[in-house]
Amino acid sequence: MKLPMRKTRELELEIDEFLDLVLKAALLFQEGIKKYMEEDEEGFEYLRAQIVNHESRADAIRRSVESKLYLHTLIPDMRGDVLGLLESTDKVINQLANTVNQYAVEIPMIPGSLGPMFFELACATASTVESMVLAIRTYFRDPEQVRDQISKCMFYEKQSDQISDRIKRLVFRMDIKLSQKFHVRYFAFHIEGIADQAEDVCDRLAIAAIKRSV
Amino acid sequence: MVWLFISGGLVLGWSLGANDGANVFGTAVVSRMVRFRTAAAVASVFVILGAVVSGAGPARTLNDLGAVNALAGSFTVIVAAAAAIFWMTKIGLPISTSQAVVGGIIGWNLFTGSPTDISSFTKIVSTWVLCPILAAAFAFSLFKAVTAILRRAKIHILHLDAYTRVGFVIAGAFASYSLGANNIANVMGLFVSSSPFRDIALTSFFKISGIQQLFLIGGAAIAVGIFSYSYRVMHTVGGQLYKITPLSGLLVVISQALVLFLFASERLEAWLASNGLPTFPLVPVSSTQAVIGAVIGVGLARGGKGINFKVLGKIAAGWVLAPLAACIVSLVALFFVQNVFEQKVVNQVPYELTPAAIRALEARELPAVRFQSLKGKRIVGAANLRNALRSQYPWREEELFTIFSFAEIDSMKIDTLSILKADFGDQRLSPGQFRTLADLHGREFIHRWQLDRMLMEESEEWRPLQGKGHEAHNKGLRLQYSLLHEICRRR
Repeated sequence: MKLPMRKTRELELEIDEFLDLVLKAALLFQEGIKKYMEEDEEGFEYLRAQIVNHESRADAIRRSVESKLYLHTLIPDMRGDVLGLLESTDKVINQLANTVNQYAVEIPMIPGSLGPMFFELACATASTVESMVLAIRTYFRDPEQVRDQISKCMFYEKQSDQISDRIKRLVFRMDIKLSQKFHVRYFAFHIEGIADQAEDVCDRLAIAAIKRSV
Repeated sequence: MVWLFISGGLVLGWSLGANDGANVFGTAVVSRMVRFRTAAAVASVFVILGAVVSGAGPARTLNDLGAVNALAGSFTVIVAAAAAIFWMTKIGLPISTSQAVVGGIIGWNLFTGSPTDISSFTKIVSTWVLCPILAAAFAFSLFKAVTAILRRAKIHILHLDAYTRVGFVIAGAFASYSLGANNIANVMGLFVSSSPFRDIALTSFFKISGIQQLFLIGGAAIAVGIFSYSYRVMHTVGGQLYKITPLSGLLVVISQALVLFLFASERLEAWLASNGLPTFPLVPVSSTQAVIGAVIGVGLARGGKGINFKVLGKIAAGWVLAPLAACIVSLVALFFVQNVFEQKVVNQVPYELTPAAIRALEARELPAVRFQSLKGKRIVGAANLRNALRSQYPWREEELFTIFSFAEIDSMKIDTLSILKADFGDQRLSPGQFRTLADLHGREFIHRWQLDRMLMEESEEWRPLQGKGHEAHNKGLRLQYSLLHEICRRR
């Protein structure tokens, strides 16, 4: 009773904003990879800065939500699940930011023929994150429909695995230096890792949705 | 001395507050949906309100079972009930104060030789069985309805949480009100006839009756129990009983409140009766068993998995063991209080099988030949009359109850002036009813039933109405008779 409806609404908005930031970061990431492949340095740098900005803002919101949930002992039966979800979702946006930062720092030399595949991988990964965000939103309002969103997420994650695998196979059959092969593989592996992290969130979510019956 | 005896009721009130307060807000507090202080404050206020405003109905039913007519007797019965509760709780049986008090009263009846009204007893026992079943049915239906609504409404988890919290406070207040109304009879019902309080008129329209004042202190004792000890009970019992989600917990509290309210509210009873619907007897029932019933109801609605059906066996065992234990403890305690502490546990009532009583009994197919030798003899004390009657013929308990009712000597005189001055409250006499009394001014009766019979013969307005739909009218009439007896009794 200590928390009036207004505060509940505020908290709901914060969670929504957090998820918006994750979703936006995924879309910016997709665009960023495109710019990198097109060697548009300025465009890439602009998008990278935005992703990093979103990541730090998401961190702040997550902390604020966590402390409010504990401070006002809200959703006591599901608090653990919700906090776990927010923390693991935060890891997704962290990984998005880390990956673009690594691109900016290491400037991997990706053979031109692999450019479209890298973009395809980024698209599949962004779709995985998008489905994950939708699944989380659904969890808060309609747990019975979470399964559909999780299935979509799993589908895109599998796609990103396949694309990443194709990239790795191709790169190791190319006539380039072994060090470059490793470097390119490492970046494909990184992008694929984002989708894997989103899949982990969905695994948690599936359990939480089952628990969230009346 | 009066206060010393009433303190027995206050101790039972405290125990009831500690145990049943946990039933009302246990889920909310254990799951941290509502802070204990908020819960205890709401519960205390509404328990007292329920006791004072709606506590009279169940108290009357309890008095029908056996009129414990001496303060020391009431005290002993209450203490015996408290001891039985303690004993049964130690064994781990979820028994109720109501069952223990009923057992205690029957113990008093056995000790004093007073007959037990079998119809009241059956009525009370049937409600014990009905109470958890009804709670389960309410919880089952509520669960199905709420799940369907939530599926459509798609409420955000945080909003649902906020609504559940508000719901807990509202439902908890309702449940506390119902608990006070229903269970105050256990705590203070036995002291009604010897209440030391007098009516206080606050305004010309509003007054607090002596019984309401008695129930007020009983309610306060329950409130003290809630504040001082229910937190521990909530946490001890919490793990076993309340391992359900907060929303299910809320439905359990609502179901429990509805059941307690059904068995306590005179207004609801009157409304049901006036609409031709079946009424529920106003009887103190067990809030613990209502909660267990409701938890099982929710479990069944979820598909019946994870229900511990052993607990049902425990409830059923409580129906038998609780009154039995209280009855035995009451018998032993009454013996000690009477013979060791030399306290008067029963006011010996005189009985006489007068010609009028014998005629009335014969009309009820109880042949006079079987008590011919007792004709005209004044026998003091229920036990003596019982022995005298049993030596003539092996009467059944309900037959004895009828004989006792007709043979009881209760000197009555109709005094119109006293009746005019008396306050009948909601049951004000009609001009016709008063006219009949005026016509009979100065008439004396040695049996209470003779006065009733005379009034019924003289005026239609004193006769109960036959057929369905007149329950509320007939109940009001019964109250008028009982108030009239008080006024006309010659002291």
